[in-house]
Order: sequence, then structure tokens, then C-alpha cells
Amino acid sequence: MVEPENIEKRLSNNRRFDTIFAVIGLISTFVGMITLAALLFDLSTDGLGRISFQFFVSFPSRFAAQAGILSAWVGTTLVMIVTALTAIPMGVGAGVYLEEYAPKNWFTGLIEINIANLAGVPSIVYGLMALGLFVYQFKFGQSILSAGLTLALLILPIVIVATRESIRAVPSSMREAAYALGATKWQTTRDHVLPYSMGGILTGVIISLSRAIGETAPLITIGALTFIAFLPDPPIKGEFPFVSFDWLWSPFSVMPIQMFNWVSRPQQEFHLNAAATGLILMVMTLLMNGIAIYFRYRFRKRIKW
Amino acid sequence: METDHADAGYLTAQARIRTIPVGLTVQKVRERFIEFLMFLCAASSIAITCGIVWVLLAESWHFFRNISLVDFLTDTQWTVLFENPRYGIMPLVTGTLVTSGIALLVALPLGTTIAIYLSEYANVRVREILKPVLELLSAVPTVVFGYFALLFITPLLQQILPDLPGFNMLSAGIVIGIMIIPYVSSLSEDAMKAVPVHIREGSYAMGATRFQTAIRVLIPSAFSGIASAYVLGFSRAVGETMVVAVAAGTQPNLTLNPMEGAATITAYIVQVSLGDLPHGSVAYQSIFAAGLTLMCMTLVFNIAGYLLRKRYREIY
Repeated sequence: MVEPENIEKRLSNNRRFDTIFAVIGLISTFVGMITLAALLFDLSTDGLGRISFQFFVSFPSRFAAQAGILSAWVGTTLVMIVTALTAIPMGVGAGVYLEEYAPKNWFTGLIEINIANLAGVPSIVYGLMALGLFVYQFKFGQSILSAGLTLALLILPIVIVATRESIRAVPSSMREAAYALGATKWQTTRDHVLPYSMGGILTGVIISLSRAIGETAPLITIGALTFIAFLPDPPIKGEFPFVSFDWLWSPFSVMPIQMFNWVSRPQQEFHLNAAATGLILMVMTLLMNGIAIYFRYRFRKRIKW
Repeated sequence: METDHADAGYLTAQARIRTIPVGLTVQKVRERFIEFLMFLCAASSIAITCGIVWVLLAESWHFFRNISLVDFLTDTQWTVLFENPRYGIMPLVTGTLVTSGIALLVALPLGTTIAIYLSEYANVRVREILKPVLELLSAVPTVVFGYFALLFITPLLQQILPDLPGFNMLSAGIVIGIMIIPYVSSLSEDAMKAVPVHIREGSYAMGATRFQTAIRVLIPSAFSGIASAYVLGFSRAVGETMVVAVAAGTQPNLTLNPMEGAATITAYIVQVSLGDLPHGSVAYQSIFAAGLTLMCMTLVFNIAGYLLRKRYREIY
């Protein structure tokens, strides 16, 4: 038999523990945020002093104080262009196919399971695949093209999942209205489904690109250079035909690899450069994620079915 | 004149009637073509998987023609880049397991607690703010976390543990753990959210507190989702590269002591890739054998997670 007083006691104990757990939960959540804050603070105190105009327009150098990230940010920009131009059409296309067109059969099921599994594959394995396939099999070399394609494959699952989720949110009454007016499937998709789901797709694309910008390991694997003191061929030329794609075949470095190179050196001064690069990277990715969150919020608010 | 005009009108009308089916066919062909293009996009994901498996297996095949599988699995030394190379993967595997073990020790309790807090305790406003901020953790480039582990966490730990070397698995593991918290907490929270309200209400009706409900009702009910979150967290920790390459050192070291530095599988791949190895050499092939080992490790855990989920799946 449990005495009534004991029940009272146990209940109040339970309630007390409940409150304690609420505090523990809040503290746990703050662990992440404190880390984020400490990270930003640490990078700022070390790196802020190094960030100047000169830092952006100088090549890496043996002398820490003269070194800059010119080749790194140009490389990052060019690689991202290739990545975006590959991953966005492919990812959106695949997402649209799976949501709107795909018949329910074993092959569709296989594609779906496969995409879920690809999202769990370590990024460095994508690098190994690209090294064997793009660099040596297809003979793209250790180039911006190989790098851009590697990152495109890496973020493809994110784009596909984001596309599917936002397409799924479009009510079927929208499609039925278009069909009733005689629109074909593609017309319906292009003029109705895709515009309505653009917010979600855009959010997914921005988040995936922010992930690609910070990705380091697969690019080291395919042979990105850590010290590079020249720029790729400019894409716009003075003489006919005015555009050139030679830059696709150029060797490259990107910002995270530049940072890795500097942080791996024993000298203190190079660590400051690494911190400055890290700070720029952090601000870029946080900004992109902030924009994505804002988009998600805006589009969710604007469209009410 | 009149009739001519009428004739012309008749003719154009006829022509128009004839062009409608032609137009429809053109449209149909276009529809089929676009559908085919998008099918190719979707099917390319299968090609990626095949590419990964093929490259890993083909290059490892060349590797294992030179080095016996028994040596690979039992030798205790990994000195591929030295004069007398030895090819025992074990030191790299222990390095990987120790760093991801520490990471999981950090991420699983914290991630689960956060998931319970966000799904059961926090009100909507708090959750709307906390969740995106927490998810920013997984957006930070991993090389930045490497910097943080080497130049912030390690010196901090050295205040408590003066013998801690500059490169150690402990700080790398802790930082990876914090990094993967969002993966664990977000998926676990989604799983808890998906538990029907009436099950929760049943527990509250019996006088259980939120904490008791979470531990005894929600976690068992949402177990399959939480298990997937844990497996994803493990996959991330095992595959994490830059943090360990920066902060845990590049020396293969057969040890389970987190206070020492040791290379992981991923750190080894990075180390080799940074050098200029000739295509086709045994050392070049060794990174693919290492990558294959990594894939096998994640595969084993994914299968284990799948079996666990199947065993404890709750259907409402």
C-alpha cells in the first residue's frame, strides 16, 4: 500500500524533476548557440584585423602578412557557377519527375530509396568517385569543371528533396483546374505547379549551395591546389567569339582549401589568415542560410491555399 | 469573286482542321521529350550510386591484387607512404571509431534532450527561433570547425588536462559531436512530433508529467524515427573529414585513448590527396581501399539501424 502522503511526495518530486528537465533542455539548446557564438567571436578576434581590401586582391604568399585570397574566392565563384548550373536543372527536373510524372513501379521506388541513401554518403566518397571518374576516366583533369560537377552531385539529393517537398505542398485542385482547361501535363507543371513551389525550391537551392561553398574534402581529393598564384582564363575575351570556356579546364583553389592550408601551417601568422578566411566563409554561409530562412518564412506567409 | 472568297475560307478552315491533329502530335512529342529529359535527371541518381560503387570496387580490386585482404584487416601498421610500406587498416579504423564514438557521446544525449525540449516543452515562438538557429550549426563549413577544434577547444581542454597533445582525438570528437547535434535533434523531434496526440493525452490523463511522458511514451513510440536520426548522426561523424584532418593529426595510431592524436580513414585520404601521387600507384589505390572500408562501416550501421527500426516499428 502506498500512503497518501507518499503519493503527494512522489507527485511533487515528479513535478520538480519536470521543471528541472525544462531547464536542462534549454541549457542543451544553448550549448549549440554558445558554440556558434564562441566560433564567431574566436574567428573575429583572430581574423578581423587581417580583413582589408588588400586581402581580397592578393595571391597567397610565403609571407603571411602579404598573403590574400584572390585565387581562392575567384575559384570558389567559378566552381559554384558550374555547380549551380548543373545541380539546379538536374535536381529540379528529377524532383518534378518523381512528384508529377513517375509511375508507381519498382524503378521509381529504387530511385527514391537511392536518393535517400545518397544523402548519407560521406562527402569524401563523392571526391573519390570524382577522382576515378571525372579526373581520370573522362579526362576532365584536376579542373574547375571536375570540381563543379563533384559538388553538383553532392548537393543533388538536397535539391531533389526540397523540390519534391514544395511540389507536394501544391494542392491538386490547382492541377485539376489547369487540366480542366485543356492544359497538358507539362503546361500545368510549368505554368502552375513550378511557380507555386518556387519559394521552397529556392530555399533548398540556397541551402544546398551554402553547403557546397564550405565543402572541402571532396575537392582536396580530386586534386585542388593549395597554393595557386594565377587566375583562370577570363570567361570574356576582347576578340571574337568574345566568350571562352577555357577557365573550365583551369586548375583551381577554393576558400575552404585555402583556409585548410593556412591552418595546417605551424606559424601563428598564417593562423590569423586562416581565421580571416574562416570569418568570411562563416559570414557568407550564415547570410545565405538567413536569406533561405527569410524566403521560407515569406513564401509560407504569402501563399494561403 | 464571292465564291473564290468562300472557297478560300473553306480551304483555310479545312487546313486548320488538318493542322489540329498535327499540332497535337507535335505537342505530344514535346511532352514525351520533356518527360524523358526529367526521367534522365531522376535516373542520374542511380548512375551516381553505380559510379561510386564501381570506382571504389575497381580501384580497390587493383589494390587487393597487390596486398592480401588478410594483411589489410589484421596488420597493425599503416605506413603506406614510408620506405617499407605496411597495409593494415586497423589504426585508421580505431581512429575513426574513437572520434565518432566521442562525437556520438556528445551528440546523442544533447540532441535527444533538445528534441524532447523543443517538441514537448518549448512554446511555438521559442521553437520558431531556436530551431533555425540550431540548424545553422550544420551550415558552418567543416574546415571552420576544424580551426575551432585545434585553436580553441584544444587549448581550453589543455587547461584541464595539461598532458593533452596539440593534436588529439578528444577535441575533434567533441567538435564533431556539436556539429551533428542538429541532425540528431531535428529528425528526433520530427519523429516525436509525429506521435499522435491521443497517445500523449492518454499519458497525461494518467497523471504523468511531460518528462515521464517523453521518456516512457514518446521515445518508445517514436523509436524508429529516433533510430534513423542516430544512424544519420553516426554516418556524418564517421564521414567527417576536415575537423579530424585539422585537429586530430595525420599519424596513424592504433589506440583507443582519445587523449592521443590519430589519423582517421578520412584524414588519411586527405593527406594522400594533398601530395602528388602518381595515378595507378599502390598508394593511390590505397585511398580507394580506405574509402571502401568507410562505405562498409556506414553500410553496416545503416543495416543495423534498419533492422532495429523494423524490430521496434510502431504503426498507428
